[in-house]
Amino acid sequence: MADQSSVTDGIHYHQHDVVIVGAGGAGMRAAIESAPKASTAVITKLYPTRSHTGAAQGGMAAALANVEEDSNEWHTYDTVKGGDYLTDQDSAEILTREAIDAVYDLENMGLPFNRTPEGKIDQRRFGGHTRDHGKAPVRRACYAADRTGHMILQTLYQNCVKHGVQFFNEFYVLDLVMAEIDGVKRVSGVVAYELATGEIHVFQGKSVIFATGGFGKIYKTTSNAHTLTGDGVGIVWRKGLPLEDMEFYQFHPTGLAGLGILLTEGARGEGAILRNASGERFMERYAPTIKDLAPRDIVARSMVQEVLDGRGAGPHKDYVYLDCTHLGAEVLETKLPDITEFARTYLGVDPVTERVPVYPTAHYAMGGIPTNNDAEVLADNETVVPGLYAAGECACVSVHGANRLGTNSLLDINVFGKRAGNNAVAYAQTADFVDLPADAADGVVKLLAQLREGTGTENVAEIRKALQETMDRNAQVFRTDETLQTALADIAVLRTRYPNVRIHDRGRRFNTDLLEAVELGFLLDLAEIVVVSAINRKESRGAHMRDDYPTRDDENYMQHTMAYRTAGDIGLPQEIRLDWKPVRFTHYEPQERKY
Amino acid sequence: MAATQITDNDTTPEPVDSAAEAADRQVQAADAIEEPQSFPVTVIVRRYDPEIDDEPRWVDYDVQMFATERILDALHRIKWEQDPSLAFRRSCAHGVCGSDAMRINGKNRLACKALVKDFDTSKPIYVEAIKGLPLEKDLIVDMEPFFDSFREIQPFLQATGKPEKERHQTIAQRERFDDTTKCILCAACTTSCPVFWTDGQYFGPAAIVNAHRFIFDSRDEASQVRLDILNDREGVWRCRTTFNCTDACPRGIQVTKAIAEVKQAMMTGVKL
Repeated sequence: MADQSSVTDGIHYHQHDVVIVGAGGAGMRAAIESAPKASTAVITKLYPTRSHTGAAQGGMAAALANVEEDSNEWHTYDTVKGGDYLTDQDSAEILTREAIDAVYDLENMGLPFNRTPEGKIDQRRFGGHTRDHGKAPVRRACYAADRTGHMILQTLYQNCVKHGVQFFNEFYVLDLVMAEIDGVKRVSGVVAYELATGEIHVFQGKSVIFATGGFGKIYKTTSNAHTLTGDGVGIVWRKGLPLEDMEFYQFHPTGLAGLGILLTEGARGEGAILRNASGERFMERYAPTIKDLAPRDIVARSMVQEVLDGRGAGPHKDYVYLDCTHLGAEVLETKLPDITEFARTYLGVDPVTERVPVYPTAHYAMGGIPTNNDAEVLADNETVVPGLYAAGECACVSVHGANRLGTNSLLDINVFGKRAGNNAVAYAQTADFVDLPADAADGVVKLLAQLREGTGTENVAEIRKALQETMDRNAQVFRTDETLQTALADIAVLRTRYPNVRIHDRGRRFNTDLLEAVELGFLLDLAEIVVVSAINRKESRGAHMRDDYPTRDDENYMQHTMAYRTAGDIGLPQEIRLDWKPVRFTHYEPQERKY
Repeated sequence: MAATQITDNDTTPEPVDSAAEAADRQVQAADAIEEPQSFPVTVIVRRYDPEIDDEPRWVDYDVQMFATERILDALHRIKWEQDPSLAFRRSCAHGVCGSDAMRINGKNRLACKALVKDFDTSKPIYVEAIKGLPLEKDLIVDMEPFFDSFREIQPFLQATGKPEKERHQTIAQRERFDDTTKCILCAACTTSCPVFWTDGQYFGPAAIVNAHRFIFDSRDEASQVRLDILNDREGVWRCRTTFNCTDACPRGIQVTKAIAEVKQAMMTGVKL
């Protein structure tokens, strides 16, 4: 399945049945399905093993019942309740039902899970995962020490090597090519910038899968990698396709204070406890039944509340403690070795003997590119874009609703990555290529030329820093109309400054200066959508906590936000139209959310 | 944060009460200490842009740093505040993605795991690309030869039959290859190896580490295939046990030991 390529007017043209954008967990899981059956290209901004799936730590949920009674129906209930009833319930049922095979698939591919004494896959507790509809925490997370994501990423890459998957490493996709045929928008391919050479490549594909990950870099304090700038989500947005539930952004409770580096919830799964300055186990007050293992939105809010009420620790009373000291050196060294080392390296704190300063860190986008259960991208509430798929953090099915449970994202990338791969192949086997328009690459050529040749005086890093600071201050765990309006006004100013950024590196090779300028454009677009969607939702649900509207309002807001771009070139104000999409229910009536 | 550092070596797992006391001490100690101060650090980077330069050149940069910051932070400060043309790879910034292996004061490190306080900042800190792979620009090298070696050792589980659920493996069998599953393919080990520097054909430590990960996995059935590949003239026997690789590994993998175990397996068979 060699790459069919040619060069015309300095632009490289390639043709593959299936084109996958992104080589994290979802992209590679899709490639493993698609590559044996159809010519497949994986186009990735990073070497595949650098993807941020590798930073996930704690585990992957599946009701295997290897260590205690469990059922995927309980898992569905937890996922729906964890998502504060914004989760689409049929999607959650698929997620939890297919979870079991998803874990066995990975084990069969070689993933070295931790084992029980009987030699089965071991399982640990995690936030919001419970026995029998909330009675007590359950051991559902399959894990490999505290590097489960690393092992998933390695295993998937290893199997891509096995299947001879063709990767285009350090190719940065910047545009999606669509063509309208008989009034229907169809996918034709993508346009990429090759970092090593500065050359432009057009990849024509019968089907295209976006698996480009999240956009945590709209925030300053984040567990996300520098490269998580939401390019894929931004590209889809700029093509006039909607984005769903963008106001729901998860803050992981236990980031290393001041740094945002993730410490897995698996630590609390193994028994670690959150304490305030006086040593009190404060989660007993907020979630009396499951305490420190409440879902992330609740724990993050409780931590911030402790600090706001003056019970924070440290010289500025601005963090709380994660106490692992009673777990013992052996548990820390064998089950939580990486986070033990992170605390030692970056804070100089030894979790074996000392409490670790922690504070919530921007972590995960529940929202993103809307898809149906077949991973097909939606152009509105129902209409599919033929040939276009999305999976993983960039997508919104929605299996996570208003708040994702820990270990459900490693699950999501495997279940919906596999679905995307299978469905993209099935589509490619029946569909023809859609002709590329003659000007397919023009948009990217123009975008890069504008940036590269700009003569302005603005600095990319300064604008990015200002954006991240206003988002950290104003679109945080707690938000109000006032703070969000401040963020919106700040973003508007930054957007007017952006067209005047100056690129200092005028070269072609590995021009990371240019790359960062392009990424900043996506960050500005996405941050604005997050804020506008958040202003519009005048209630508190899941990760979206409005101090000025502190309760959930099912009558008016039991629905997904759908944001559409109606106008706005690069640097000009965006016009965003908001609409709603109904939540799909099966068995679970909305209830007050208590733990 | 350095203010919270208290060593307490005389106790093993502490009961909650004494941990509470320790936390109080942490707070008190922190209260007593002033805000951390930044200080100037000179970083000298080996720059090379083949579109401009005939050969690499060393360039000095003065940056204000805090003791607890990373060398990666220094590089970002240079790029974002002084010279945006500086090119380097990075992603996760906390030692798990393997993007930013570089040679810092002559030793291979991840820039995101090397802290300023670990260096004598009265002298300049020298940063250059890892050695032995083709230099592309500044701190970026061509990683393809490295990944070629990795792919050559068949780095994927090979097992016949499709079990209904998981393949079973005892805790001890799983432990047997735990160390080598930590590899993040950053190339710090391979590009610290003097044999690799002089002979680009050598598989290098990282490929052998990844072969080890499967050779000693009780579920795998192709150990002999990999041993045969590594029994090649450019295979494990080129290793001179200089331990550079073990010193360089940011994941703490006992690389030289893993290579020795592969050598041993060639002579006496795989012992699981």
